[in-house]
Amino acid sequence: MTVLSIRNLGVAVGDQQILNGVDLEISSGQVHAVMGPNGSGKSTLSNAIMGKPGYQITSGSLELDGQDLSSLPTWARAQAGLFLVMQYPTEVPGVSVRETLEFALKERGLEEVDVQSRLIEEAKQIGLQNELLDRALNVDLSGGEKKRNETAQLAVLGPQIAVLDELDSGLDIDALRACAERLEAMTEEGLGVLCITHYHRLLDYLPADRVHVLVNGQIVESGGPELARELEANGYSRFTDSDSESDGVSVAIGGRSEINRVLAAEPEDPFADPLA
Amino acid sequence: MASTRTSLFETPDWTELIGSRALTKRRKEAEKRSLQTGLPSFEEELWRYTPIDELEPSSYKVDSPGGAITDVGLTKGLDEQAAAIIHIVNGQIVSISTIDEAVSVHSEGTELENAIGSVVAPSLDFFADSNLAYCATPILVEVAANAVITSPILIRHHTTVENLAWFPRVMIHAGENSQSTIVEHQSSSDVDALVCPVNEIKVGQAGRLNYLTVQEHGPSVWQIATQVAEADRDAHVSLSQVALGGAYARARIDAKMTGQGSSSEISAVYFGRQNATHDFRTFQKHEAPHSNSNLLFKGAVDDESRAIYTGLIRIEPAAGDVNAYQTNRTLKLSDKAWAESVPNLEIENNDVKCSHASAVGPIDEEQKFYIESRGVPADIAEALVVKGFFADVLKGLPSSMVSDAIDIRIEQLLALDMGRS
Repeated sequence: MTVLSIRNLGVAVGDQQILNGVDLEISSGQVHAVMGPNGSGKSTLSNAIMGKPGYQITSGSLELDGQDLSSLPTWARAQAGLFLVMQYPTEVPGVSVRETLEFALKERGLEEVDVQSRLIEEAKQIGLQNELLDRALNVDLSGGEKKRNETAQLAVLGPQIAVLDELDSGLDIDALRACAERLEAMTEEGLGVLCITHYHRLLDYLPADRVHVLVNGQIVESGGPELARELEANGYSRFTDSDSESDGVSVAIGGRSEINRVLAAEPEDPFADPLA
Repeated sequence: MASTRTSLFETPDWTELIGSRALTKRRKEAEKRSLQTGLPSFEEELWRYTPIDELEPSSYKVDSPGGAITDVGLTKGLDEQAAAIIHIVNGQIVSISTIDEAVSVHSEGTELENAIGSVVAPSLDFFADSNLAYCATPILVEVAANAVITSPILIRHHTTVENLAWFPRVMIHAGENSQSTIVEHQSSSDVDALVCPVNEIKVGQAGRLNYLTVQEHGPSVWQIATQVAEADRDAHVSLSQVALGGAYARARIDAKMTGQGSSSEISAVYFGRQNATHDFRTFQKHEAPHSNSNLLFKGAVDDESRAIYTGLIRIEPAAGDVNAYQTNRTLKLSDKAWAESVPNLEIENNDVKCSHASAVGPIDEEQKFYIESRGVPADIAEALVVKGFFADVLKGLPSSMVSDAIDIRIEQLLALDMGRS
């Protein structure tokens, strides 16, 4: 059992504080969805988890099975078991998927893995044409092909925890289903997923165990899968409008006490945040 | 050899240089011009940023002692597939072998003498004039009209003598409607020497010529090269440079689109280390309508090395319907490395599409982050990004064998173990 523990995480980019005390705990086999309006800090969360340069952790902790990740460089976090599916996978001219994964696996002492065969196998499962594997990383790939490519890489590397930063953005329904179903199969083998998304559609194929609402850098509500449907139907106005009320629970943005109250209002939750 | 006092160099006895009286007369005129012109100054725009004031010609002896090639370096293996092989060592022709009948090589005679200076004008600069004065072994390579030569013509210039100054000169006449590839390899052992090549290229109507220059001199060699190519009507010339060595390695590359419908591709890969300076000056001159040129120069500077690029696209008034592009990118791999890039346009016709782009900077952090995020250690991720940066230029080189060898050399320079056996 692997656990990614994010406690009271504060993250700044430059002199701007983006995340203000985020708590999440994702265990093997679980899917946690994080939803929120634009600018709420969703991509900051994924970049901070992966240690992207420029994202400074200003408070709290980030641990994988008790190991502090915050002091590790990006590559060491990946070696420890994290994988980030990027919202906009970066084009890297002249560098192939195969050689990238070979170096990654070699670092883990897995030189014997036939990366090309594994990639072809995974590409077949998610409907990615083999010849696209020969292209440089993300160069001349459509949005859908890039996300399928990300998913294939994830499957070959076999991380413990995957962070999906809007896997569904720019994807047609076929690509979405192919990627999500492959990820769902991996969760059954123990993959833990933090899925950042705007829409419920992805969660139709990759059902979430928990759904969290991120607003202004804080998780303001957590709930079961039904919360995602409600968000898609009603939007985030009840979280962004400080005068509104929801189910008798007053939601305020700003302090940890309010967040804890929201979380505490869900005693039936089997995955309740231990800090709540 | 006896010395004279008519040159900045310690010069040879004229009687030992090949050529008719007429050529000797031109040589003497060129020497006189070079003496009058004198060494350029770094205050001149074309020599800005260069260490040219450190050059002391009298410390080199102009000579042609000959010798043997000690290392074929990046062109290893090319001999087996070459259409012709020419070896010139320390100013002496060591061997000329022509395998393909469509190739002829002249090392003397009227055709050769007429070709000398037919593309590179007198008074271009001190070094081009010095080359005309002292080139001991000029050669003319002719490719017959309508010939299609799929194998490369291989020319090796090799330097092994300490304090030698020499002046390789190669003229290429690619015949009408011909197609050919030339690989010129400039290399040396680890000596302190000065090599000033001049390369004059004419591509006849509808001809296609690929010319690849590979420079892998030792770390103390100064090379000051001049290459001028003219493309006739509907002709295409591709000029590629790979520069990996030298203390100060300069190449002036002029591509002239003289015939309507002509085109050129100009590319370079350079990698500076230690205290090396790589210096490129390019000139895309469109004299005729419907002509195209595209330039892509990519380099990296590591340690305390330096790179200079200045380029000019000039569109003459008569040249309408022209596309001309110029891109230079240099990666700075260390804080102490330095690079400058200055693109220029001079456009005298309204019916043109022109662009220039230049950038000097560190490697792309987003690309590095992407590769690292897969679990690739930071140093390897950075090396992969640098290797990938060169890929498009290397892919376009006319010899895949040389391209692969350069790719491997770059991996070695980046300490990147790709697991090649």
